[in-house]
Amino acid sequence: MAELYLPSTLQPLFAGLPRRLDIDAATVDEALDRLEERWPGFRDRLCEPGPELRRHIHVYVDRQRATLDTALEVRSRVDVIAAISGG
Amino acid sequence: MSKTLVLVGTRKGCFILESDEARLEWELRGPFCEGWPIYHAVHDAESGAIYAAGASEWHGASIWRSLDLGETWTQSSDGLEYGDSGLKLSKVSGLTAAHGRLLAGAEVPGVFESRDGGQTWKVLSRLEGQPGSDSWNDPANQPPGHLGVPAILPHPEDPGRYWAIVQGIGIFETTDDGTSWTPRNKGLRADWPLENPEVGYCVHKLVMSPVDNDRLYQQNHVGMHRSDDAGVTWTEISDGLPTEFGFAAGAHPQERDTFYVIPLDPGHGRCMPDGSAAVWRTRDAGSTWQRLADGLPQQDAHVGVLREGMAIDRHEVPGVYFGTSTGQLFASADEGESWREIASYLPGIASVEVAIID
Repeated sequence: MAELYLPSTLQPLFAGLPRRLDIDAATVDEALDRLEERWPGFRDRLCEPGPELRRHIHVYVDRQRATLDTALEVRSRVDVIAAISGG
Repeated sequence: MSKTLVLVGTRKGCFILESDEARLEWELRGPFCEGWPIYHAVHDAESGAIYAAGASEWHGASIWRSLDLGETWTQSSDGLEYGDSGLKLSKVSGLTAAHGRLLAGAEVPGVFESRDGGQTWKVLSRLEGQPGSDSWNDPANQPPGHLGVPAILPHPEDPGRYWAIVQGIGIFETTDDGTSWTPRNKGLRADWPLENPEVGYCVHKLVMSPVDNDRLYQQNHVGMHRSDDAGVTWTEISDGLPTEFGFAAGAHPQERDTFYVIPLDPGHGRCMPDGSAAVWRTRDAGSTWQRLADGLPQQDAHVGVLREGMAIDRHEVPGVYFGTSTGQLFASADEGESWREIASYLPGIASVEVAIID
């Protein structure tokens, strides 16, 4: 199970969504699919058509910048970061 | 006793001000919508819901809904997309609730519809094939700057008939629910060269008189205009105003010839002229204009008002409201004769709408 950490900006949008959860997925893309199944609309908040990650959403897998295609290991740590932007 | 609600969309969320029929004391609630930039918040009189169109820098465009006058909110963007076309939806803005459905305008230009209270959306039209569409559909230019549909004006009796503004292009009318469109820009002035005289007009705001559906008014980049034939032809009515430029406009709910605008300096500043705040009103369809400023700051007030920044209620003596892009909200309970500041420190205001709740 990969260990997933989410930004605080997502919790108010989806009832019961935790900041940290375990996900059984082979890629970042699959992990988002698992979350979409439990919280409909979740994927749209992180991705835009392509699909690709939104411009100000960064994902790191084991501290390396990742894309939707990045593979996850059983013990991977996945950090989803809402990049510093705006004012 | 009825409530008067003023819905305010700001750079940092949606706010609601509440008063009674007298509209003298106001209570502010918010921010709502998790502080997302809200471009337009409206009340749907049929369902009682409030909807707010927003676009987060992080999480994209979505439309928020509250079924309890702002106490709780949910959001959905299900269907707010252009599929495999390669076009990117960067923002939703102009919301319209009419005839049992919601319409939303989007960047890249498109009109979206929801028939389930904003839970799911589908694109009704991208105005494909209309003059100007090549520029906004250019795959090398996605998203195409701030080119979108900022507003949709519904016909109050005919669900399939409405007008859409495309920024920098002009007004288009459909009478068959978006299947076909007709440019409605005849008689408008452009201070720049036009390749096609049917389009190329920078229309900021379009409103209809509630008592005469053929009477439309528009504020555009270079003037105020009036139409007496539902937009087929336009006549300029800028004479007597301090500038030709402005964004916001509003029609009187009972008098077809009464109409309000907020002229702004046309340069980069886009503030009210001379640091002196005023709303301007005509009571004769644009032949003459009166400056309304009693109670508004008359010195060092360098404030601007955006396209959805003014609203007029439907009380017997109508109230007029406007919000500035620097966060001040002003209200008049006497048709603009006198004004009070009812909120002073909001985030920059993008939209103001008013609803009467019985």
